[in-house]
Amino acid sequence: MEIKNLKTYFPTRGSKIGKKNYLKAVDDVSLTIYKGETLGIVGESGSGKSTLGRTILQLVKPTEGSIIFEDNHLENLSGQTLQSFRNQMQMVFQDPFGSLNPRMKIGNIIEEPIKLQMKLSRAERKNRVKELIQKVGLSEEALNKYPHEFSGGQRQRIGIARALSINPKFIIADEPVSALDVSIQSQVLNLMMDLQEEFNLTYLFISHDLSVVKHISDRVAVMYLGRIVEIATKESLYENPLHPYTKALLSAIPVVNFEEKREEIPISGELPSNTNPPVGCAFHTRCPFAMEKCKNERPLLKVVNHNQQVACFLHDSEHKVTSETSETKKELVES
Amino acid sequence: MKRYAKNINLVVGSIIIFGFFLMMIVSFFYTPYDVTAMDIPNKLKAPNTEHIFGTDEFGRDIFSRILVGSQTAFVVGLLTVIIGVVFGVTIGGIAGFIGGWVDELFMRLMDALMAFPGIILALMLVAVFGPGIVNTSIALGIIAIPNIARVARSGFVQHKEAEYVMAARLIGVKPLKIMFKHILPNVSSQIIVAASIAFAIAMLAEAALSYLGLGVQPPDPSWGRMLKDAQAYLIGSPWYTYAPGGAITILVLGLYMLSNAIRDIMDPRSKA
Repeated sequence: MEIKNLKTYFPTRGSKIGKKNYLKAVDDVSLTIYKGETLGIVGESGSGKSTLGRTILQLVKPTEGSIIFEDNHLENLSGQTLQSFRNQMQMVFQDPFGSLNPRMKIGNIIEEPIKLQMKLSRAERKNRVKELIQKVGLSEEALNKYPHEFSGGQRQRIGIARALSINPKFIIADEPVSALDVSIQSQVLNLMMDLQEEFNLTYLFISHDLSVVKHISDRVAVMYLGRIVEIATKESLYENPLHPYTKALLSAIPVVNFEEKREEIPISGELPSNTNPPVGCAFHTRCPFAMEKCKNERPLLKVVNHNQQVACFLHDSEHKVTSETSETKKELVES
Repeated sequence: MKRYAKNINLVVGSIIIFGFFLMMIVSFFYTPYDVTAMDIPNKLKAPNTEHIFGTDEFGRDIFSRILVGSQTAFVVGLLTVIIGVVFGVTIGGIAGFIGGWVDELFMRLMDALMAFPGIILALMLVAVFGPGIVNTSIALGIIAIPNIARVARSGFVQHKEAEYVMAARLIGVKPLKIMFKHILPNVSSQIIVAASIAFAIAMLAEAALSYLGLGVQPPDPSWGRMLKDAQAYLIGSPWYTYAPGGAITILVLGLYMLSNAIRDIMDPRSKA
């Protein structure tokens, strides 16, 4: 799965005639997601992470750029062709109360995608639904109940069963645990990881919670105002964050161990508006290391070392030294 | 059940509506006198043991005519609601679900329809199509459409961005099926409330139209028409007006109470 220069803009109200204003929810994002991995996406509210997920599935039409899944372009597809790709890419939603139709029984919720997209007999379908509900750790009795009879964690399990029902290869999880209690979060995360192993799934895991992302991801991308500012393997990102924004985010995680020495990187101010993002680097208004260059030029995502890409001028010089090695690394991973 | 028992609107409203409903059912099989049998010597009799509501200017039993008149009221109310709900939900649902210019066009049409005072529009339609039970119902149904369409639209707008709708789109459910199978059941409570209010308005409007001589035509007995006939004898036989006037008032009161109660029960936000 490859995403190239993806942009999703929403026109805003009150734009003057002749000059349209846009809310740049996703602004020039390029990503590669490898088969079988979990790519975590973190960012604060409004950074465009959910819109990115929805754009990939064409629930929101992209303004520009391409989405390539197994050598097929997905953008501008519609109807049956789009559906055939959606069958391989499903989504787990954020709100366990809003994502299940309150007027449908659990059995019907899980059966519906199978009915529509797989050619199975009635008995085969019923069997598959039973199998799925057990896979996610619920009993068969759940099938005859309505969503309101379940807790948030159980509903999220039902949502996962629905997403898995048509054997997708790729699952976008849009903050699947953010509405749950911490104790339930880990159960759902572990379930997702078990299922990943069993069905060889690829995850795009969207969250604002750095510790949740750390638990489940192989690689992590950090988003700020619709742009990716840093993307790295989990280990490098958490041990050696390069972008000032990533550093600030990581230093904001509360710790239990007070003896551990930590560098506090305070960032001040509010997230700038998406309709009128800062010129140059989106983060320069709040960055403690902002230089003159940051106000004028937009830094592009550049390979810094084997495992890390960052969009920041502070790391520009190191780029030339390591670019070659990371190219070879990339080839290795792709093959 | 206990908290419903405390709801005065619900209890009184249901008793009234159930009472009238029972009356209507009974009137199909039994009335004390033949509704069209004239008995001139006994005309305009005050209520007595033989005619509990008295007799009209042709000596017909008023109680029997009230019983049969309830059929007309229910038939007109029901037909009106069916027309209003079928068209209102379709128009409002499409407008809310598709949005954009379709929404704009449909809702402005509804606004145009609403701009006419209801009874004037009904008069106009009846004048064009002619009076009678069915035509009256059609006219009243057209008046009921905009209100129901607005309620349906707001419900569809609210639900179309819900995550369960997005999930349905992802698994390839067709838009029409999303509208009617996924969203409609979630909007039905609001529509039921709007429909019950439309039912009350329709009954009242039917009485008004018949009173003006444009609604239900003789020989079909109608409460509004009886009220009009009674008007001529208001000084000499005032009791003649009590029965049809009282029937209309009590039935509409019961319907409003019941629709208020339904709204309170279905909408968790309005805890009275």
